[in-house]
Amino acid sequence: MQYLVSVIDDKSNPGSTDRQPAISAFNERLIAEGYWVFAGGLADTTAATVIDYRGEQAVFSDGPFVESKEYLAGVWVWEAPDLDVALKLATEASKICDRKIEVRPFQ
Amino acid sequence: MSDVEEAITRVHHEEWARVVAALTRRFGDIDIADEAAAEAFATAVERWPADGVPPNPGAWLTTTANHKAIDRIRREKKRGDKHKEAQMVYDDDPPEPLGAIDDDRLRLIFTCCHPALAMEARLALTLRMVGGLTMPEIARGFLVQETTMGRRITRAKAKIKAARIPYRVPSAEDLPARVSGVLAVLYLVFNEGYLATGPDTDPVRHDLTAEAIRLTRLIRALMPEDGEVAGLLALMLLTEARRTARVSPSGELVRLDEQDRGAWDAALVAEGHRLVRERLAAGVAPGRYQILAAINAVHTSARDVRDTDWSQVVALYDQLVRLDPSPIIALNRAIAVAELDGPEGALAAVEGLEDKLADYHAYHATRADMLRRLGCSQKSRAAYDKAIELASNTAEIAYLTRRRDQLG
Repeated sequence: MQYLVSVIDDKSNPGSTDRQPAISAFNERLIAEGYWVFAGGLADTTAATVIDYRGEQAVFSDGPFVESKEYLAGVWVWEAPDLDVALKLATEASKICDRKIEVRPFQ
Repeated sequence: MSDVEEAITRVHHEEWARVVAALTRRFGDIDIADEAAAEAFATAVERWPADGVPPNPGAWLTTTANHKAIDRIRREKKRGDKHKEAQMVYDDDPPEPLGAIDDDRLRLIFTCCHPALAMEARLALTLRMVGGLTMPEIARGFLVQETTMGRRITRAKAKIKAARIPYRVPSAEDLPARVSGVLAVLYLVFNEGYLATGPDTDPVRHDLTAEAIRLTRLIRALMPEDGEVAGLLALMLLTEARRTARVSPSGELVRLDEQDRGAWDAALVAEGHRLVRERLAAGVAPGRYQILAAINAVHTSARDVRDTDWSQVVALYDQLVRLDPSPIIALNRAIAVAELDGPEGALAAVEGLEDKLADYHAYHATRADMLRRLGCSQKSRAAYDKAIELASNTAEIAYLTRRRDQLG
C-alpha cells in the first residue's frame, strides 16, 4: 500500500530551518527498512504556476492554486503494509521535520 | 415475547460481534461483514420460528453469514468488480502472533476505535459493528438524523478500507495507548446515556448506559488483566447503580447527598466494590478510571451521606490531579474539599478555575452552591442563572431552577 506523506508548514509559525541533517538520516532509515519510494522538498509557493486549459485557451497564472497560511512544503511516498505502520513513521517524521504531516493513501 | 424471539434477542447480544469479527477477518472488508451478518440475523428471524432454534446458533449464523458474503462477492465479481476479487485474497493472511490476548472481537474493537477515525465515527462504528445496534437505534441515541448517522458510518468504513486501517490487536508497545482510546469511546457512550443532552430527551438514556456496560464487560472478559478496563467497568457499575435514585419522579436531578440510598442497586454496587478491591489487591499504581471508581466506591460505601469519608475522597482526587491536571478534576476536588473543610477555601479554589471553565455549567452550579452555603444570596442567584443558561440536561435544569428559586 502506498501513502502520500505531506509535510505541512505554517507561514505564520514556521518550523525550524535546521532539520535537514535529521531528515537525511531519517531518509536513510526509510530506505534501509524498505518504506522509501520517493521524497522531495518543494520550493516556496511563490515559485508555483497554475495552468488552466479547461476552456478555449490555456491560462497561466502566477502563484499557488490556493492561498493559505498552511502550505505543502515537501512530500514523501512510502510503501507500508497498513496505516498503523505509516502513522508510526509519520509521527516520527513530524518530530524530525518540526512540522505537521498528512498521511493519505493512494487509490 | 415468544421463546424463539427471546432466543433470537439473546443470540443477537451474544453472537453479533463474534459473527461480524469472524467475517471481517475472513473477507477483509468490514462492510461486507456487517451486511452479511445483518442478513444472517434476518434469515434467523424468518426461519427459526418454523424450523426451531438450531442447536448451535452461533455456528449457524456464522455459516449463513459466510454464504451471504460469498453470494455478494460473486454478484459483484460478475459485475466485473475486480476490486472485490482482490480483497478475497487480501485477508487470507494467517493471524500474526500476538501473545496472550487474541480474539477476533478485540481486533474489531481496536479497528472501530482507531485514532485515525473521528471520535463521533468511532462511537457510531463501535455501537454498530461491536454492539450490533441498528442505524435508527444509534441515531436515536445521539439525537441525529438517521441519514447523518448512516453517512458517518459509511464514511468511516470507507476510510478503514481506503487507508488500510489494520484489523489486528496492537503490539504490546502500543497497547496501553490504544486500550485507553477504546475505553474513552465506551466512557463517552456511557456518559451520553447518563448525562443525556437535549431539550426533549429523557435525562438518562438507559439504552446507551446499558450498551456501554455490556461492551465494557466484553472487553473485560477479553482482557481480564488490564487494570483500567476493570476500573472503567467498576466506575460505570457504581454510577449506574444510582441511576434510578438520581432523577426524581418529577424529572428533577437528585444530587448524591439527597439521594435515597436504599434505592441504589445493591447488586451493581457489590460488583463495583469487588472490582475496586481486586484492583487495590493487585498493588499496581492505578490509572484514572481506577481512581474514579475508587472515589465512587467511597461514596457508595456510606449508608448515609454524613458517613462519607471525605478525607479519603480528597486524597483520591489529589492522586487523580497528579495524573490528569484538567480543570474539571480540580473542580471536583474543590467540591470534596468543601465537604471536608467547609466552602470558604474551596470557593477560592473554584473561582481560580474561572478562566478555563467559564463556559461549563457545572463550574457555575458549583460556585452557586458554595455561595449559597456562605449566605451570599445575590451572587449565588447570578451564578445559578448562568448555570441554567449553559446546562443542557433537562433534570439538571429543573434542579438548578428549584435551587435558585429557593434562595431568599
